[in-house]
Amino acid sequence: MSTPLAIKGIGDGLLVTVPPGNWSAVRPSILQAIDERADFFRGARLVLQMHDRTLSAADLGGLRDALEVRQIALTGILSTTESTRSAGADLGLALEVPAPAIERADELEPIPTDLQGEEAVLIHRTLRSGQTVRHPGHVIVIGDVNPGAEIVAGGDVVVWGKLRGVVHAGATGDQRAVVCALDLSPTQLRIGSQISVSPERKGKSKPEMAYLRDEQLVAESWKHQ
Amino acid sequence: MTATVVTITSGKGGVGKTTTTANLATALAAADQRVVCIDADIGLRNLDVVLGLENRIVYDLVDVVEGRCKLRQAMIKDKRLSDLYLIPAAQTRDKTAVSPEDMVRVVDELRPKFDWIVIDSPAGIERGFRNALAPADIVLIVTNPEVSAVRDADRIIGMAEAEEKDEPKLILNRIRPDMVRRGQMLKAEDVLDVLAIELIGVVPEDEGVLMASNQGVPLALNNRSKAGRAFRDIAKRLMGDEVPMQDFESQDGLFGRLTRLVKAGGQAA
Repeated sequence: MSTPLAIKGIGDGLLVTVPPGNWSAVRPSILQAIDERADFFRGARLVLQMHDRTLSAADLGGLRDALEVRQIALTGILSTTESTRSAGADLGLALEVPAPAIERADELEPIPTDLQGEEAVLIHRTLRSGQTVRHPGHVIVIGDVNPGAEIVAGGDVVVWGKLRGVVHAGATGDQRAVVCALDLSPTQLRIGSQISVSPERKGKSKPEMAYLRDEQLVAESWKHQ
Repeated sequence: MTATVVTITSGKGGVGKTTTTANLATALAAADQRVVCIDADIGLRNLDVVLGLENRIVYDLVDVVEGRCKLRQAMIKDKRLSDLYLIPAAQTRDKTAVSPEDMVRVVDELRPKFDWIVIDSPAGIERGFRNALAPADIVLIVTNPEVSAVRDADRIIGMAEAEEKDEPKLILNRIRPDMVRRGQMLKAEDVLDVLAIELIGVVPEDEGVLMASNQGVPLALNNRSKAGRAFRDIAKRLMGDEVPMQDFESQDGLFGRLTRLVKAGGQAA
């Protein structure tokens, strides 16, 4: 009976922690543990955590061959010992855990759409006094827009936070542009060529959307239908 | 041992940067820390006056940067505290006499010898401010409960972020508890609602500040001053102590309660 191995899934492979002990004893016990679960390991890509163990290229090469017979690919080793790392490098093994698989940008196919003007920038921080965002498309802010900050957008402006700076939606003349905010109290609000200032707030703030109705700027509180 | 560099700045002028610098440096030095403060307000030096060291100046920061003296020669020892030094600004030059790189170099030379390097930034967002910001490990923003000061503080926070400094901490200076209670002054809560950074201290308005500044004796040494205590508390928080915030907004003290009782009585009669 062998000691169970600590196994962790990493990206497209497995990270196995090699137990401490004399290599001549540990090596067969790893292989035995693998053989006991041959179905699980078959075809796997393995990275071994060696900690501070000192191993030669011959030790590592021998282990790689023994694993290959079992249809397991040794792809990397982790070690804090310099000689072990260089032995691993000589064999072309990775010395770090491969970065977790993330979706590659070219795999995220744009969905076909016939909507106009969906170009937008997303700003995930608070815009402070003196900071300006100008964009021909839509502008989305996750954070506050403080007094003294300014957003000029060709399209809509959406603020998931408090909107207290100056905001201009539909700056290139789009009369259908809207401004939405969780707390809509801008210093000045413009849509197209219309300008307005926020009325004095009464009571608690609530999500609102401002838009043009018959060339008049109106703000309506957000009611979900 | 290497010093922590604290830059005190505000954007707006007249909110109490120099007073804060003098008092924090004094409070830190009084707590047995080795402290040097640097006046980065070249051309408009004040920190020497507030610390009462004006008549001891021989060399200044610009002399150091331009190699006319050794750093050691420009360091003026405080009258009262043995481990407090000042490097004064030049009065005859302007901000362009020093560059941000110069400041980083000077500060790096000081780091091994001190626990704290406290830099008094000039008002504004130009060269002088950039000089003061460049070497900072901690940025302390001083503001008043006043919409214009808060607006400028917000701008400065944005600029500190752009320089990839850690999030600045806020000192709310010159709070008048009576006005806050009457709803005539912005509360700490209102200021934090906009600035959304950590508050490290609230300093009440105190006539003593003006007198202390003219006499060149920082209030932090005065045990009876409320403002002095507030500055000592901020120094302790910088040193990592947990000090509860003094509440100037709800608690009104014995005198306040008495006046209210009297007033209430008067109305009832």
